[in-house]
Amino acid sequence: MKLNTFFKKFLAVISLLALTFTSANAGVTNIIPFGPGGESDVTARMQQPYYKDIYNDDIVVQYKPGGGGSVGWSSLNSEKGDGSVIMGVNLPHIIMQPIAKGDKAGYKTEDINVFSFFHYTPDAILVEASSPYNSLAELIDFAKKNPGKLTFSGSGTYSANHLLTISLNQKANIKTTYVPFKGTGAAVQALLGKQVVAEAGYSTVAAKQGSKVRMLAVASESRLPAYPDVPTFKELGFDIVSGAYRGYALPKSASAATVKEWSDRIMKINSDPKFKKQMEDGAFVVVNIGHDQIDDFMKQQQAANEAIAKELGLIK
Amino acid sequence: MASLFADFLSSLSLINLGLAFSGVLAGIIIGALPGLSATMAVAILVPFTFALEPSSGLIVLGAIYTGAIFGGSWSAILINTPGTPSAVATTFDGYPLAKKGDGDLAMSISCMSSFVGGIIGVICLALFAPPLASVSLMFGPTEYFWLALLGLTLISTLSEGDNIKSLIGACIGLLMSMIGVAVVGGDVRMTWNISFLNSGIEIVSAMIGLFCIPVILDLTSMKGKHLGENETPKSLRLKESFLIMFAKKFEAVRGALIGTFVGILPGAGGSIASIVSYGEAKRTSKNKENFGKGEPEGLIASETANNATVGGGFVPTLCLGIPGTPPDAVILGALLVQGIRTGDTLFTQQSSIVYTFIFGLLLATIMMLPLGLLMGRYAYKSLLKVPKQVLIPIIIFLTIIGSYSIQNNILNVYFMFFFGLIGWVLNRSGFRASPIVLGLVLGQIAEQGFVQAYIIGSAQGSVVANYFARPISFVLVLLIIMSLFFPALKKIYKKRFSK
Repeated sequence: MKLNTFFKKFLAVISLLALTFTSANAGVTNIIPFGPGGESDVTARMQQPYYKDIYNDDIVVQYKPGGGGSVGWSSLNSEKGDGSVIMGVNLPHIIMQPIAKGDKAGYKTEDINVFSFFHYTPDAILVEASSPYNSLAELIDFAKKNPGKLTFSGSGTYSANHLLTISLNQKANIKTTYVPFKGTGAAVQALLGKQVVAEAGYSTVAAKQGSKVRMLAVASESRLPAYPDVPTFKELGFDIVSGAYRGYALPKSASAATVKEWSDRIMKINSDPKFKKQMEDGAFVVVNIGHDQIDDFMKQQQAANEAIAKELGLIK
Repeated sequence: MASLFADFLSSLSLINLGLAFSGVLAGIIIGALPGLSATMAVAILVPFTFALEPSSGLIVLGAIYTGAIFGGSWSAILINTPGTPSAVATTFDGYPLAKKGDGDLAMSISCMSSFVGGIIGVICLALFAPPLASVSLMFGPTEYFWLALLGLTLISTLSEGDNIKSLIGACIGLLMSMIGVAVVGGDVRMTWNISFLNSGIEIVSAMIGLFCIPVILDLTSMKGKHLGENETPKSLRLKESFLIMFAKKFEAVRGALIGTFVGILPGAGGSIASIVSYGEAKRTSKNKENFGKGEPEGLIASETANNATVGGGFVPTLCLGIPGTPPDAVILGALLVQGIRTGDTLFTQQSSIVYTFIFGLLLATIMMLPLGLLMGRYAYKSLLKVPKQVLIPIIIFLTIIGSYSIQNNILNVYFMFFFGLIGWVLNRSGFRASPIVLGLVLGQIAEQGFVQAYIIGSAQGSVVANYFARPISFVLVLLIIMSLFFPALKKIYKKRFSK
């Protein structure tokens, strides 16, 4: 093969690849600071077709994983502020990481220009289907009689799952053991394999696992439409409403008009009954926290998380 | 049975066949480019599948995934760089084969092995998915810890010549695996306040650096061609490859079974499968000395195992809703968006989607054989014809693109070069890259498993029992002891007999 023809072929292949990538990159970019396949990714994917219907434009999902999201968040403000780029944000991550790691987190909570939260997955306590415990009361009873023997699997340290067990310990006055795993998948695997007594997970675990697990309590304000038989923590006498909130942020350089426009877009998708139904079937809870309520909401979350951080000894 | 046949026919529809074909084609190309992994190939394609029928969408994703895992062997054979992490062990014998001038043979054998592995993996998925899923649940933290430890003991088997240097290399890898925020405990370790390091060393970019950069530097500094050439490659050496495969049929099946088994364990993945299979092949082979110098048997072991993880990985993905491998996680997300519920009901209530998908995966694997053989031959031929001064910049270009696109982050590229430099220095002083990568990959699994098992054990008040008094753990411990003392025992045995 002559060098020339080789070059031509090489260039052809490269330009074809470049074309595929750029054509996939038209529209606005939604950077998910996690790897593909997680809840942040799945819910962003669910929004894609609705966004296209309403605005006749594509949201392209890109991934910038690392450090439990911190790699993405620490680079958010260097992105373009013209509204062509948004980034997924998660609670309690963006509050707990700076508290737990200080400067090592790579960003500060107030650096992140959050403009909306559109859903949350309530924390939940689950057991495997053949487990002898049929209610939260029975589980707590076991923990009272055997301090430390109640083991919870969960995803990560200082995560929403971890914080739930701390709150429960405090409010039910029990001592339990939390076993952190890498990701929800591994935590569920430990539950199904009966390595642990129960899982501190999300309501979405119940939706994914179906009859293999039993959800004992869910940390939402009211019962989930898809699970009318599962009581909330509040009903059971524990004032716990928590979970992982997911929303979006813009770079700080974005104008007030851009922030409002994006917040309206996300809320508009939220108002579609079909979208809401799809989310509820997956045990996601749709919330409408737009740019006008975000400051109050963040303040309230900050206070709640700081209280738990004190309990953990992260703040003195 | 009648409905199974209907599922088979629906997988044969023109659109599904076309999707399987283009999926395999795209997968092979993406997999062959270092850094563009199977996970990414699948993730890019996901939005396009929303427009398709659920089963067709699944078929194209599965086809890409299979193709990419196979494609990873090309760059492993031709430029000593695993195209996907699963192809680490393919470099051990694939590249020496190509260096000797038998690259065409290596390409053909790797394609046939991937075919055999893929088929066996899919058949296991089709026939035994639910029982295999319950086996995967028997693996708790303790078992993962022992499994990772077993993998680490293979260093003594894998190392050529210098055992001490391999052990030092593995320790370097283990130390590197501790960098970042600990999953258990959340401590920030050895990050020097670089927030990028919070997530730990990114394995793919480290691997590209450690394996590929030393090859490029050597290529630049030495005279002579990149790969040896016996004669102008005119044929696929089909007959020769087939005869070798036929002679090694048991080894091929064993590799595929190891791959399927490791595949059903979530979080283990193709790299561990191929390494374990390679170690096992070397330990039991008659021509052990040839391993690492271009032994087709080593190539067969690695390639059958990594393609078998595709079928194996779908077992927990479909039965339990727990992704078996990273690409499975993406596919699981796509399923959720499509409104398909995984779990025990999937095989009973939505069985037609599942079986259409499994047949589609089977078809894709079958198509991979002719496609891979023809494309492989073309790739090999063009690589031979390209002069070195053109080849080197192209490889460097690919390593940069590859390491950037892992996390869309330029820091990965810097790290890739940094590791390349380390790899080159270590290479010069007689250290090999494979023990380092082995330590890096297995270190995280071993550490998490150990600490989780410790926490659970202390909660139950029986730490020691939790490590040893479990049936699978016990078997794994026995295997570790065997693997550790096998070489020593063998030496004693040999001495006695030579006297």
